[in-house]
Amino acid sequence: MKPGHGEILLAEGDIARPAEEEALVEEFRRQLELGMWAAVPTATPDGRREARMVRDFSDVPRDADRVIFFPRAAGG
Amino acid sequence: MILAFAATAIVILALMWEVGWPTVSEKLEHRRARRARVPSLDYDPGRERRAEQRARQLLRSCVNDEEWEMYRDLGLIRVWGRLAGGPGRGGTSATEAGAPYAYILYPHKPIVAYLPQTRELLSEYCVDFPDETRPYGSPHLPDSDDVLAKWMALTGDERGLIETANMHLAGRQIDPKRVRRDLWRLQEWERQRIRRAARGGGDPARDSGRAVP
Repeated sequence: MKPGHGEILLAEGDIARPAEEEALVEEFRRQLELGMWAAVPTATPDGRREARMVRDFSDVPRDADRVIFFPRAAGG
Repeated sequence: MILAFAATAIVILALMWEVGWPTVSEKLEHRRARRARVPSLDYDPGRERRAEQRARQLLRSCVNDEEWEMYRDLGLIRVWGRLAGGPGRGGTSATEAGAPYAYILYPHKPIVAYLPQTRELLSEYCVDFPDETRPYGSPHLPDSDDVLAKWMALTGDERGLIETANMHLAGRQIDPKRVRRDLWRLQEWERQRIRRAARGGGDPARDSGRAVP
């Protein structure tokens, strides 16, 4: 998520391919170093939706189809 | 005689210079400003609208059907509170019925905590998602992205978000009358939704992922 722009595709790839996984890890780290938060939207079998905050690439579920980065929260 | 005229003329000229120079200088400045080249900012008036459209699509892909329709119809999303052992008070962890409190998420407004049973407002949590890099000229996320960011942070790490936010008594930034009216609208909206589902044979609980009381 970017102010004034909305959703931007930062990187995509297949984690089964080492080169693509490395690129994804690099982008993941870069975003976190920029101060972004990362979340993976998930759905339970009973239809409930929620997000899972991830702080390391290893926390991302292997079957996740996307990770959303958004600015870190601050007291308003 | 001539000397006297010359001296008088010099004095008159000096006085006119004193009086007239600021006006002349100002006019010269204006003339320079009018002729100066102003760099174009390439402002795109449709950019914000397109950003909001993309944000709505992203929000819709993340939340469940009930939450999306709630946002589409009412402009807000309710998220059930999960701290304080809410689900244990009258439902299962799957239904969350009887959760003791919930949040209302508005775009670019504080998160409002309230008691669903009595509609009593508890507090406001002021939180923002500023992008300090401001790469696109605006520090604000599109409305739907702001709601999605709150939804993700609340459902993913409720305690963390609440600890980050500045807490105030209800009514500091959002008029309590407005929130109570929105809660009433939400209640009516849910009733209509259940009635529609009953007529159509649908199951609103399946869409929302929780039991409907």
